Amino acid sequence: MESVWRIFAEAVGLILDWDSDLIEIIGLSLRVTLAAVAVSCAIGLPLGATVGAFRFPGRTAIIVLLNALMGLPPVVVGLIAYMMLSAAGPLGPLELLYTPAAMMIAQTILVTPIVAALSRQVVEDYYCEYAEQFASLGVGPFDRVTALLRDARYSLLTVALAGFGRAVAEVGAVIIVGGNINHATRVMTTAIALETSKGNLELALALGVVLLAIAVAVNGAAMTLRASAVRMAYA
Amino acid sequence: MGTRILSSLIALALVALGAIHPAAADRFIIVQSTTSTQNSGLYDHILPLFRDRTGIEVRVVAVGTGQAIRNAANGDGDVLLVHARAAEEQFVADGYGLSRADVMYNDFVIVGPGSDPAGVAGMRDAAAALARIARAEAPFVSRGDDSGTHKAERRLWQEAGVNVTGASGSWYRETGSGMGATLNIAAGMGAYAITDRATWAGFGNKGNRRILVEGDPKLFNQYGVVLVNPKRRPQAKAGLAKQFVAWILSEEGQAAIASYRVDGRQLFFPNAGG
Amino acid sequence: MAAPGAEAAAPSPALLSARGLCFDAGGKQLIDGIDIDIRPGRCMVVMGANGAGKSLLLRLLHGLIHPTAGEVLWQGRPLDRDGRYAQAMVFQRPVLLRRSVRANLRFALAVRGVSRQERAVREAEAIRRSRLGDLLNRPARVLSGGEQQRLAVVRALACAPGLLFLDEPTANLDPGSTHAIEQLVTKAHGSGVTIVLVTHDTGQARRLGDDLVFLHGGRVAEAGCVSTVLDAPRSEAARAWLEGRLYPAPQPAPKA
Repeated sequence: MESVWRIFAEAVGLILDWDSDLIEIIGLSLRVTLAAVAVSCAIGLPLGATVGAFRFPGRTAIIVLLNALMGLPPVVVGLIAYMMLSAAGPLGPLELLYTPAAMMIAQTILVTPIVAALSRQVVEDYYCEYAEQFASLGVGPFDRVTALLRDARYSLLTVALAGFGRAVAEVGAVIIVGGNINHATRVMTTAIALETSKGNLELALALGVVLLAIAVAVNGAAMTLRASAVRMAYA
Repeated sequence: MGTRILSSLIALALVALGAIHPAAADRFIIVQSTTSTQNSGLYDHILPLFRDRTGIEVRVVAVGTGQAIRNAANGDGDVLLVHARAAEEQFVADGYGLSRADVMYNDFVIVGPGSDPAGVAGMRDAAAALARIARAEAPFVSRGDDSGTHKAERRLWQEAGVNVTGASGSWYRETGSGMGATLNIAAGMGAYAITDRATWAGFGNKGNRRILVEGDPKLFNQYGVVLVNPKRRPQAKAGLAKQFVAWILSEEGQAAIASYRVDGRQLFFPNAGG
Repeated sequence: MAAPGAEAAAPSPALLSARGLCFDAGGKQLIDGIDIDIRPGRCMVVMGANGAGKSLLLRLLHGLIHPTAGEVLWQGRPLDRDGRYAQAMVFQRPVLLRRSVRANLRFALAVRGVSRQERAVREAEAIRRSRLGDLLNRPARVLSGGEQQRLAVVRALACAPGLLFLDEPTANLDPGSTHAIEQLVTKAHGSGVTIVLVTHDTGQARRLGDDLVFLHGGRVAEAGCVSTVLDAPRSEAARAWLEGRLYPAPQPAPKA
């Protein structure tokens, strides 16, 4: 098990070195993923809240679809995004392929169903509690959705974190539409894939440890926020 | 009050989009290429020289040769640099490429465990060595991904008179992965594999494995460069791509290739115009 | 149309009336042909055993659920949005938003489309009335049960309802908190708000109520003046309940 220690030592070394290439890769990973999660939340939260707070024909079908889309394989998402963004595809003229924007789009496709499906569940639970009071006050459809989103915000933070975890860890989609281009579209996961393919397994694992540390830091920050909200009885 | 929630969500998304706004589309081109050239570190050596000379940034997308050709046919690249001559010529004949030229070569080698259960170490005839591996039913790991290396490997099996399709899943294993992934799997299984010498030289997970068969002329591995037909690319890129192809075929570019060494050994041998 | 009585045809002086109100669920007739008139400015107490249909009746009258037969009339016309906005309801367990006390008041006023200036006036009035002034910026959900219900009542009153429904508002509260709620209700009633109150507490019924409706098995067993019904119940159901005897509800009639 001495190799395990070597890998951890290497990971710590990587972080302590503060190598400019590594920082660039970490920075791009965070930028792409946080942007994708933000856009996914902007789409998925209102969508999930609407499905969660209303009864309408076809609702069950939408829920089934959203839940099924949570399991989309990243490679398939990458291929779909590639075919749309390719010069031969409908969005080719935008020239987004092999840019961070393309990676963000792919991750957004991947994460939006997760945010929508999980927030649907959260909002539905809140709505069960509020339904009669809202009906009595005469809360309109728009206020209903926004009030539920606001009151459930700390629970929805967990939803956003689930999306973040999925996006930051996936490699299949971003490597296809990003191309893993050095200094342009290389992120943590594609760098790990590259080092693995070069047989540099220790370095690949050390990068994995760094990625894990980032995920822990982001989750820790969000959970601290939530914990203080729980103390305030807002969650 | 409600509108504030929605507008803050939208503002968040816009800020995020701003952060991801594509870098000013300045002077760069996209080269669709193979994992072998990328993993060997060749590009990290020669591309800075080209950028210093011309100010043009070259962005390399390293995938299997088959996928690289498909991507380039879709117009998702300005230059194609791969190692499957017949496919490259077909690419030009189909109108996807404007011209093709030899750039450099190296060779394939058969690698395997030091214990060498099939006893092929030191053989010069690659086809005969493969035939012996097949007879011994010693595990062999193939790319199985229609890459340049996979195409070369299949030619050799044909020459050896071995039908590997029937053995697939038993001693013959198709990974459907890149060169590096395939070598990692071969290492895990104690299997033989065919790889280009450059990838092998840069590969870090060799363990007790070594080159067993090399030097057969049939293991020759030619790399070609193709200027992609720019009908689907921005006009400005076509000129930059032409400059890159001209440079890599020039004396300066060829010298840059020749000067790349790993552990003191030259990995690619320029042969433009040859 | 159920129970087309002679009164139903004539214009009703009632603020809110139920005509032949029925509600069934799961094949059971839970509300079985109720006719009620609630006259403006009165406080009507609804009593009855558990399962008699008190809460259900309140929800039907308030328009939270729709009757399977019969109708609810607001000032003689079918209950519509304007009618709903002239009503408010306080539930047995207060449902407060996960926000501050002040934000809870503001939310109720904002969703009813009260103008900004008017909101400030009503908010200040509600705060004064609630005597929760010190707790304005506290999260509503950390208040005590009594304080939470007080907030729920002043939130309902801030909506300036003509008719206020109260569904066992003090069932979970101690005497002090109950007293505070009753004070709020008495004051509102005194200023002309019509009240419909569900309670199990006969003392509370006497303190607050003018009229009393006693429900049994989804029907009106007895109705009249509070003191009359409580002192001299005529129906067997009310008599049994007041004496603390068991009086089995008739099996709800299967749906016709």
